[in-house]
Amino acid sequence: MAEKIRIIIAKPGLDGHDRGAKVVARALRDAGFEVIYTGLHQTPEMIVNAAIQEDADAIGLSILSGAHMTLFPRVVALLRERGAGDIVVFGGGIIPEEDIPALRAAGVAEIFTPGTSLETIVRWVREHVRPRGVRA
Amino acid sequence: MSDQEQSEERLPRFTTISGLEIDRVYGPAHTARLDYARDLGDPGEYPFTRGIHPTMYRGRLWTMRQFAGFGSAEDSNRRFHYLLEQGQTGLSVAFDMPTLMGYDSDHPRALGEVGREGVAIDTVEDMKVLLRDLPLNRVTTSMTINAPANVLLAMYLVAAEEAGFLWPELGGTTQTDMLKEFIAQKEWIVPPRPSMRFIQDMLVFGTRELPRWNVISISGYHIREAGATAVQELAFTLADGIAYVQAGIEAGLDVDAFAPRLSFFFDCHNDFFEEIAKFRAARRMWARIMRERFGATRPRSWWLRFHTQTAGVSLTAQQPLNNIVRVTLQALAAVLGGTQSLHTNSMDETYALPTEEAVRVALRTQQIIAHESGVTNTVDPLGGSYFVEALTDRMEEEAGAYLRRIDDLGGMVRAVELGFPQREIAEASFRFQQALERKEKIIVGVNDFVIPEETPIPILRIDPEVERIQIDRLRRVRAERDGAAVRRALDRLKRAIESGENTMYPIVEAVRARASIGEICDVYRAVYGEYREPAII
Repeated sequence: MAEKIRIIIAKPGLDGHDRGAKVVARALRDAGFEVIYTGLHQTPEMIVNAAIQEDADAIGLSILSGAHMTLFPRVVALLRERGAGDIVVFGGGIIPEEDIPALRAAGVAEIFTPGTSLETIVRWVREHVRPRGVRA
Repeated sequence: MSDQEQSEERLPRFTTISGLEIDRVYGPAHTARLDYARDLGDPGEYPFTRGIHPTMYRGRLWTMRQFAGFGSAEDSNRRFHYLLEQGQTGLSVAFDMPTLMGYDSDHPRALGEVGREGVAIDTVEDMKVLLRDLPLNRVTTSMTINAPANVLLAMYLVAAEEAGFLWPELGGTTQTDMLKEFIAQKEWIVPPRPSMRFIQDMLVFGTRELPRWNVISISGYHIREAGATAVQELAFTLADGIAYVQAGIEAGLDVDAFAPRLSFFFDCHNDFFEEIAKFRAARRMWARIMRERFGATRPRSWWLRFHTQTAGVSLTAQQPLNNIVRVTLQALAAVLGGTQSLHTNSMDETYALPTEEAVRVALRTQQIIAHESGVTNTVDPLGGSYFVEALTDRMEEEAGAYLRRIDDLGGMVRAVELGFPQREIAEASFRFQQALERKEKIIVGVNDFVIPEETPIPILRIDPEVERIQIDRLRRVRAERDGAAVRRALDRLKRAIESGENTMYPIVEAVRARASIGEICDVYRAVYGEYREPAII
């Protein structure tokens, strides 16, 4: 049997808007992935520690406070520093279209903006995240 | 066309946006149990279903109170002066995330957040800049602050006093609704019980020292935005109100001494009639709770006065101009529901804080409803509508069932500790998202009527320099103050927390000594520990 994909869903920063993060976490779990939700008010360090400890294959970040340009790239940079740059980072929240190219350039694999269907997110994860054993 | 075809319906089942079933048509049978004097009453009469004032908007229109606060204290002060020049009489301050969580701007967790979603306030020196040259004896100030509400209130008082104003002259509101923070907005410091103790201290202090200050604004807005249904918003907000009234009474206050200064804050979503029914039911339920459950005797203690904000969560990033239409419908429902004050969201708020043009359109929406639509010419024009009255009853019934469950759990503080409202809301928001995926509910431009190309709209950017300037000012205050005096004041606060003495007075002293918000809240954290949410997904 193929290993299950493990995903950390995390809320970096201080905003408490967790409706989207929880809905996405539940949808990914219902789709058969192993999902760990970190809870609120996480620093990039806390998220990266959790991802490494849990041997995660991907991290989904959700942020609505406007701090994404600081916090998302910080998560990617910390993963690389810790030798875990193969963990796929994706994100969502209130993120203006024009910020997306810079986030991609910083190593965020995909950004889901408001109104994205759960099905789209689930399909993207299936196509872009591989479980540990299979990862190159 | 045959009879069969004529009676076919588009859907097997019609529901409100919150899922309440709706009949094909409403008639006298739906309102047969309604007793006019008992359940409606004329406007201005108990139980105030039709409005708290006999004349409502024929007397005075609602207050159009838009919320502002961004960047530095200087930026926000300039915006306040601009708004006052435009004839606004009330100010409403939005604080940034670190301030809401009781962290200084140079705390590692504040990285990237300073001045982003509101103004950063670290010490009374920032508050003095925020309030510079404002007539604080004439304008009222509403502050959307909860976990560190006691610190911000103390800063407001000290800044005002240093500008030459007396405390009893100061009018305004601190939100101070911690229960909804644990349920929905999630900006907290210490756990629920110590949070309730700080609120009790503020209620006692406010009743004693601040005759024009409203210490609590009980807020359903964030509960709804977190994914609650209209019924859940209604029920959990009233349950929070019950917990605060209980807390005030337990602190030794006479209910009629503080109840008239409690006010509410609701969301107004897209389902037009459900929202109107929610507001009418809220007024009736609160009047009954205050009179029957708490034995309040002053009619003003029975009034549910409320501010409304249109539903931010209902706005879409797709086809943003459509949001103007949504906001118009929501604002109209709030007015038909009898709100005392209204904030209309701007079309661009799914992206960032609003631009000046977007805010102006949002404000104009209210002015058009007030002055052009004619709906303000008679009080409660929908009163007696079979559908509206039946839905009002239904809201009361469903919310009442929640209130009984919460009482059975041991009250709202206990229910929050158990994660009960949090779980109910998470469930409701997941069900709603599933309904969208299955297209049982349509959001125009999102899951239907989609267009491939989006027109980009201008958005407001916050200068990242704000963070550096703010941290510089904080460090300057720390360097220039009397460090020993700050330590003494913080020690005294710690002793007051431990001994059960009213904490507001030592907080004021700490603020006067130029202690920062982070230092004061660290005392709270040291005594009570930080709150950790029970994990729910």
